[in-house]
Amino acid sequence: MTKLNETIARLFSQKTFQTVIRYLLMILFALLMFGLILLISGKDPLACYKDIFSSTLGSAYGFSEVIVSMIPMLLTALAVALPFKVGLINIGGEGQLFIGAAFATFGALTFSYLPIWLLLPIMALLGMLGGALWAFIPGYLKSIGLVNETITSLLLNSVAPKIVGFLILGFWHSPRDTVKTPNFVDAARLPTFFRTRIHLGLLIGLVLLVIFWYVMKYTRWGLEMRAIGSNPQAAKRNGIPLARYLVIVMCLGGAVAGLGGMVQVSGFYGTLFPNFSMSLGYMGFMICWLAGGDALGIVLMAFVVSVIYSGGNLLQLTQGLPYAVINILLAFTLFIVLARPNFFKGKRT
Amino acid sequence: MTLLPILGVLSSAIFSGTSLLYTTLGEVIDERAGIVNLGLEGVLLVSASSGFAVTYLSGNPYLGVLVSVLAGGLMNMILGYFIINRKSNQLASGLALMFFGFGLSALIGKPFVGQKIHSLTRYLFPGTKDLPLLYTSMFKFDILIFLVIPMAVFIWWLLYRTRWGLGLRAVGENADTAYASGRNPHMIRYQALFVGGMLVGLGAAHLSIAYTMNWTENMTAGRGFIAVALVIFSKWHPLRAIVGALVFSGAVAFQLLLQSSGVQVSSYLLDTIPYILTLIVLIAWGGNRRHSAPAMLGRVYQGSE
Repeated sequence: MTKLNETIARLFSQKTFQTVIRYLLMILFALLMFGLILLISGKDPLACYKDIFSSTLGSAYGFSEVIVSMIPMLLTALAVALPFKVGLINIGGEGQLFIGAAFATFGALTFSYLPIWLLLPIMALLGMLGGALWAFIPGYLKSIGLVNETITSLLLNSVAPKIVGFLILGFWHSPRDTVKTPNFVDAARLPTFFRTRIHLGLLIGLVLLVIFWYVMKYTRWGLEMRAIGSNPQAAKRNGIPLARYLVIVMCLGGAVAGLGGMVQVSGFYGTLFPNFSMSLGYMGFMICWLAGGDALGIVLMAFVVSVIYSGGNLLQLTQGLPYAVINILLAFTLFIVLARPNFFKGKRT
Repeated sequence: MTLLPILGVLSSAIFSGTSLLYTTLGEVIDERAGIVNLGLEGVLLVSASSGFAVTYLSGNPYLGVLVSVLAGGLMNMILGYFIINRKSNQLASGLALMFFGFGLSALIGKPFVGQKIHSLTRYLFPGTKDLPLLYTSMFKFDILIFLVIPMAVFIWWLLYRTRWGLGLRAVGENADTAYASGRNPHMIRYQALFVGGMLVGLGAAHLSIAYTMNWTENMTAGRGFIAVALVIFSKWHPLRAIVGALVFSGAVAFQLLLQSSGVQVSSYLLDTIPYILTLIVLIAWGGNRRHSAPAMLGRVYQGSE
């Protein structure tokens, strides 16, 4: 009996076990808070959670939809994680996503006669170019020590959607509809798998995350980037070309976000319209922050956020709640992670 | 073109600029204390929806304004808990607050979509009584519009001519030094957030109760981010915020004027003017310490408890 007690005690003292319990408690707490809000607004929280669960993890189709909505988040989160390693705060994922999508759409509409194996890479390259150009502005201004990249990338977030709106209304709109482009030709659509809406973008996102993890951990570039991130002055004294790194890494981040835009218009919508993003860029920032810029963490957090968002769709249908209400559950999840409660010790981690 | 459409455009610019200026003033106070509030959009939405709901239920728009103001202050208290007590990242906490506001305002406002309310009483602008009826309708403003410029001056006085304002700005520049000189940075930041939130609430109240007089989901349409840009444009100064708000509403008015006179300019491109101007201003002033942001802006005060 004492032996069993000891085993249990040892189990509880294990760090991984504590972490798991801690995260489970945090999720439970967020669910409880949201349940309270549902209760106040006269809904049955248990029925709501049953709906969310059955529509996301409870069926193969639901699960595939979660994966689908996760794809762009992987890319916009990586677009934040990469510059973060050299100490840059790229909050401009939203704008880079928009410009990337616009560049890719330009490719899809202009070269629609090309075969798929040529058209898709062209669109992807254009998307990355667009995002990189949009990130170059804050990156360059930061590297010459003029303006903080947080402020500039935030400002440019508000400009990009308006440029996209201008392009659609002025040049690209379909004959029947002035607020969106014509549907892309089949050659401009990313292939989908398993008769679901999961598309090639998933592979792109995961591969890029693996490359990111590998480069940061095992290459000279990764080492130099981490050196810049922890102490830019020391890195500069050691002969690391600081300004060049800042610009290039920021542009790479922008390119990834731009690719996210391309993936979303080519893989998911097959057309471009002004508010196609639904805050994906900001969501990416949150996910990256919650994951601490870690590749595996990004996948996990993006999955959690996607479950919440996909569940919100059904809540709207079955419970008559506005779709936006699901943002409350998302916010509670974010709040609870931001507050970093520790259920085991009195002090914060 | 006659005078009438020009006046009409100016009048609507004043209406749309007022809520923007209140919001910008609120963010100026937050940022002067070293806090970037990216949740502004969410705060605006919750204030606007709750103020509208109370106005509809009670029939008293002034009660609605009061509730809006309190809601704004309380929303900012949530942010305060995370970035002051829990020392979380400011940008991430702000964005979380924004998502919270999206959801909460949709829930609060749902029963009131499409409802009509009694708006704030509109008073004739002094000295325009003798104008023809068609014109006087352009010069009728509610009390919040009359109060917005005095409010900006008041905030300037508060920040630059009182001990409280000095302490607040000190915390925004260097919280450790402020602490060493006997001030409590945590308390001051909370106070700044509450006052700032109340101002944002006023802006939201003007938007939903006085100007549009209805509630639609996500009705603020990016005003929170415009206000963040305007704070930078006005170099964190309440009086220059007036100029900033004028430039922005001027751009909107200009756009309406062009359209009414038949000139085809994309409204999308005109919408980017305030942001591009802010960017140019940033580049022009960049690197110059006199024009720089509060030094502690966006940084977590680790503090000595």
